[in-house]
Amino acid sequence: MTYIPISPTEREAMLAAIGVKKVEDLFKDVPAKHRFPKLDLPPALTEMEAAASLEGWASGNETTRDLVSFLGAGAYNHYIPAAVDHILRRGEFYTAYTPYQPEISQGTLQAIFEYQSLVAALTGMEVSNASHYDGATAVAESVNLAYANFRGKRTKVVISPTVHPQYRATLRTYTQGMGLELAGDDSQADLEAGPEAIASLVDDNTALVVVQYPDFFGRIHDYTQLVVTAHARGALVCVAANPTALALLKTPGAMGADIVVGEGQPLGIPLSFGGPYLGFFTTRKQYIHKMAGRLVGETVDNRGQRAYVLTLTAREQHIKRERATSNICTNQGLMALASAVYLALLGQAGLRQVAELCYHKAHYAAERLGKIPGFGLCFSSPYFHEFSLCCPRPVEEVNAHLLEHGILGGYDLGRDYPALKDHMLLAFTEMNSRDEIDYLVEVLSEVSHD
Amino acid sequence: MNIPSNLKFTQSDEWFNAADGSMGLSDYAQGQLSDIVFVEILVSAGDVIKAGAPIASVESVKAAAEIYAAASGTVKAINDGLADKPEVLNSDPYGAGWMVKVDGGDASGLMDAAAYEKYCEERSH
Repeated sequence: MTYIPISPTEREAMLAAIGVKKVEDLFKDVPAKHRFPKLDLPPALTEMEAAASLEGWASGNETTRDLVSFLGAGAYNHYIPAAVDHILRRGEFYTAYTPYQPEISQGTLQAIFEYQSLVAALTGMEVSNASHYDGATAVAESVNLAYANFRGKRTKVVISPTVHPQYRATLRTYTQGMGLELAGDDSQADLEAGPEAIASLVDDNTALVVVQYPDFFGRIHDYTQLVVTAHARGALVCVAANPTALALLKTPGAMGADIVVGEGQPLGIPLSFGGPYLGFFTTRKQYIHKMAGRLVGETVDNRGQRAYVLTLTAREQHIKRERATSNICTNQGLMALASAVYLALLGQAGLRQVAELCYHKAHYAAERLGKIPGFGLCFSSPYFHEFSLCCPRPVEEVNAHLLEHGILGGYDLGRDYPALKDHMLLAFTEMNSRDEIDYLVEVLSEVSHD
Repeated sequence: MNIPSNLKFTQSDEWFNAADGSMGLSDYAQGQLSDIVFVEILVSAGDVIKAGAPIASVESVKAAAEIYAAASGTVKAINDGLADKPEVLNSDPYGAGWMVKVDGGDASGLMDAAAYEKYCEERSH
């Protein structure tokens, strides 16, 4: 569609219709001296100069293309097949918005439907919505669902301290003013304690229990028993999961979770300095009327042909208004498409292969890193592709040394967990070759010798 | 339009049966909403409700509506079966489509069938 700005004739007609002589008259309430304030701007640049200047600033950034990266902590450096970007940039898809007349855009709806189907299969759940902004907001929406499910009569949410600190911070922001008690949200809690510690906080006033899988430290817990305990108290359970790990591990759906959410970035979305990302959100059929966001369904048209619709729209925010579960229904259409293309390209076997590579590389690295004098693995639990490493010196110093050697080091856990001062969280993906891991070991060995 | 003469009605299109304390959504209202696909009763047995307070939430293929108590009282029963068969609100709004029964419901201030019929006719013009 071409955007045509108004012509002078149309402008005249509009001014005449509202009884104003010229456009300036519309601003007569603004004192003349404030209408065109002098801005202290440098001389204008040509397009060529502006591009060179912007490129100069951008080149100051060091990216995962320039460095060997072992940084994860919620955003992971995976290979993205070229076809993902190719399909994403097609004009028919290149909008982040669900169209206002959705059923006229069958291709967009089909893409979302495929995305929903893939995510539901991956998580082992019955229904997926069309997505949220990111993993953190998807976690927050799980609380909205549970709160609405109990019609505000249960006012406690139990969240594990091993849920990503940023997800917990987002949850605190979202739930301000709702009168909810957040239990377990304590970065000083015993981080060795398993799911039983969380289970002990669940009572008859608990609406939802939120845990992460693998947890923020990469550890794998089976939450089956926690779900049983929570359900015995009538509470729902939300598992925030890493989608790559789900190709390899027992699904949260199989553990009995009521809601499974997560950060979809690992599924074909670039790191991009933190966004745009993708929040996936899945649940069981019995909760779809309380689920935020849009839902695309498959049906047949009046000629009996397969067609896609926005289904159950009566529960949506634009109809239910203040009674809707959530008033943030924007989805990440383009990012959801990217992850659908990624999942379709890799298939079940391909994604499992990615997950296995991540797992084995991390375990190879752990074995070698744990042997460097002064360093040590911090937890004994099974882990996926990320683990915490205890360092002989502050993480900031270790990372500065690594950066000098072209390595982007791990996440400084002391920033969020006082007990984990001098601990870094290292992540490994299929992008890290064995040589790179050996190089990391070599450079870290220098730290221990200093 | 079906407007049974033994029932009383609210301006927000709920009916009340003073004989057994039951209440629900009128035939006029179900017709306006069209196919109802979801019902959630918002109160439980034992709750003390006031006339005008929300007792149920209804979604049709094109709209969402809140259903309000036609009379005050103590809830003695709710129609659990509606959640699985919301379509009975369309097919049998005054029978199988009852939502809540209360003890001590007072029908004063509600419209009788004749007044409600007139009220519906005025709105359809």
